[in-house]
Amino acid sequence: MAEREPNVAEEESTVAEPRTIDHYLHTDRFPHIWCPGCGLGTVTAAFLRAALELGLEKERTVVVGGIGCSSRAVGYLDFGTVHSIHGRALAFATGIKMAHPEFTVIVLTGDGDGAAIGGNHLIHACRRNLDITTILFNNNVYGMTGGQASPQTGMGGIATTAPFGFDEPSFDLCRLAEAAGATYVARGTSYGVRQLQRLIRDGITHPGFSFIEAVTQCPTEYGKRNPPKGPVQMLENLKEKAIPRKKAEGMTPEELEGRIVTGLLHRDESVPELTASYARMLERVRGSADE
Amino acid sequence: MATTEKLMAVTGNQAVAMAMKQIDPDVVAAYPITPQTDVVQSYSQYVADGEVQTEFVTVESEHSAMSACIGSAAAGARTMTATSSAGFALMWEVVYVAASMRLPIVMTTVNRALSGPINIHCDHSDSMGGRDSGWIQIYNEDAQEAYDATVMSFPIAEHPDVSLPLMNMYDGFIISGAIGPLRPLSDAAVKDFIGEKPAVLNLLDSEHPVTFGPFDGLHGWYFEHKIAQNRAMEAALPVIQETYDRFAEVTGRQYQHLMCYDMEDADVAIVVIGSAAGTARTVMAKLKAEGLKVGLVKIRTFRPFPTAEIARVLSGVKAVAVLDRADSFGAMGGPLYLEILAALYHEGVHTKTVNCIYGLGGRDLYPQNIEDVFRMLADAAGGADLPQSRVYLNMKGE
Ligand SMILES: Cc1ncc(C[n+]2csc(CCOP(=O)(O)OP(=O)(O)O)c2C)c(N)n1
Ligand code: SF4
Ligand SMILES: [Mg+2]
Repeated sequence: MAEREPNVAEEESTVAEPRTIDHYLHTDRFPHIWCPGCGLGTVTAAFLRAALELGLEKERTVVVGGIGCSSRAVGYLDFGTVHSIHGRALAFATGIKMAHPEFTVIVLTGDGDGAAIGGNHLIHACRRNLDITTILFNNNVYGMTGGQASPQTGMGGIATTAPFGFDEPSFDLCRLAEAAGATYVARGTSYGVRQLQRLIRDGITHPGFSFIEAVTQCPTEYGKRNPPKGPVQMLENLKEKAIPRKKAEGMTPEELEGRIVTGLLHRDESVPELTASYARMLERVRGSADE
Repeated sequence: MATTEKLMAVTGNQAVAMAMKQIDPDVVAAYPITPQTDVVQSYSQYVADGEVQTEFVTVESEHSAMSACIGSAAAGARTMTATSSAGFALMWEVVYVAASMRLPIVMTTVNRALSGPINIHCDHSDSMGGRDSGWIQIYNEDAQEAYDATVMSFPIAEHPDVSLPLMNMYDGFIISGAIGPLRPLSDAAVKDFIGEKPAVLNLLDSEHPVTFGPFDGLHGWYFEHKIAQNRAMEAALPVIQETYDRFAEVTGRQYQHLMCYDMEDADVAIVVIGSAAGTARTVMAKLKAEGLKVGLVKIRTFRPFPTAEIARVLSGVKAVAVLDRADSFGAMGGPLYLEILAALYHEGVHTKTVNCIYGLGGRDLYPQNIEDVFRMLADAAGGADLPQSRVYLNMKGE
């Protein structure tokens, strides 16, 4: 079994002329569909800067989206892309990664796509520890279909389907991912773009299932109904609520109420990655068949 | 008591949401998808405003939506939902379960293409895929028809000879989002028309415990159960017509399984489903002024299919074009075409036919396209041959 080559460009190509994220964008498909003030472009750009940092090769990188405003990002990306179906991006990505372990596989999904209709795929992808990086754009709402409550709307959040406030608690998606077996778990925001870029970059190089929750603003469908109104105010709110994990460690649950704990939350390199263990199994079975 | 209200201007989706409000079902469980979304969204507002008594269940997928509907209907509650496209496709497994459990659930399926490429616009590939699922299927041309069909749904679905789920269709965007005229019934007239839900065995009847859908083995009654489903479909055909007739007594709007326009003296005819019928009628007015004897048949009841009736209606014409807004890949033609060919053969009617595929993924159907079809039919009536393979209307690059 050949060594799995990491998908990062050889040194000579990184010294080529400086690139911008346009390198990875189908700018001919602009203007994009996102509303003014939407955070999805910011998160997508953080991912693309991480890709630039790593020098990801377009030909060996596949980005899979589900359905939603967030998943729509794949339509603008110049990698191998699959715009799949609602909730199943991880299932598509699993097939791609198993068939081509040498590819870097990224999944872009939303809180509705990844945590509601696709919740089952998410936990099993975490459990398998397949080397896929999932970026879940959490804007607390079904943006694309017009502001219905998602699992991440949160208690009291107003949505078109919850005009008096949603009365269901949310997931802590990062704890869910960790408990389900993800070996790299991190959270960032569309305010803290540098941190987010770093978290995504490290998630991509981590050899196992990486889950990055990107908390972001949907001023149109969520912000319209929930304070604070307006994209700038929503970003300021993210800035105020975000608290680095290290700082949060010394705080009580009461103090952390309503805060967004950011940074690398969990990392475990001791768990075997699925394509690698699968390859070892193939070798073992084929070896014994030859005997 | 006035039975009908003033004329108003609403979208197709608003019309259906209004009908649902007047029906005030016990349970609505749904998941949002374009272009169905604002049916359910308007409905959730009625729930929030206390205008209905309905238990409104938000779920995390359409599979769950239909599953919740099955639970609710099995418990004896009047149950409604709505979906489109991928949402309908995701329900697939439980769509069959609903029918085989003989649960009179009423669903609005706002027609939208199936992926891929991803497409949110209208065609009939979603509901056409469900034509063998055991649901009654009614297609509607406009907001008024969609509203009326919704009001008529429970009396059909819950009829003791029928007891089947029923889905109403109308064209996504073209009807769902466009504003058209609607003359609704009064609330009292709707209540009166639909009546009380008939008492049937249900899960909440602890005096008579029942089981729904159990495995009964290789040597069980599965086969007979399917035969019973088909008998119920056969029984539904007259029940639907009776319901249409009773509705006409209240509103003056008379529906038929097949709506015929100028078929009495037609030489040639187009058969169509949904909003394209309106386009066809405007074209017909022009061609009739030229002296062409053109007719139109609009299919409303698609399941159960009015086989004998379609054959009778088409028996007098020399050439027929069947317009399909969905395809059946690898088959002789689109689903409506196949159905009609079979009906004509079955009833011994020999007329020239052609299948036209149009409107896939929301492709426009222009009056000119329909005019071309009528002229092709007129040539065929005069002796020319009709194409043996599908004719695609408004295909790019032509
Ligand atoms: C099976 C199915 N059901 C419903 C839909 C409609 N739909 C499209 S996007 C979406 C919600 C997306 O929410 P989220 O993942 O949070 O993305 P956002 O738009 O907020 O970025 C829904 C319900 C669909 N495409 N497929
Ligand atoms: S609806 Fe919300 S998530 Fe979608 S593009 Fe607009 S702001 Fe962004
Ligand atoms: Mg969202």
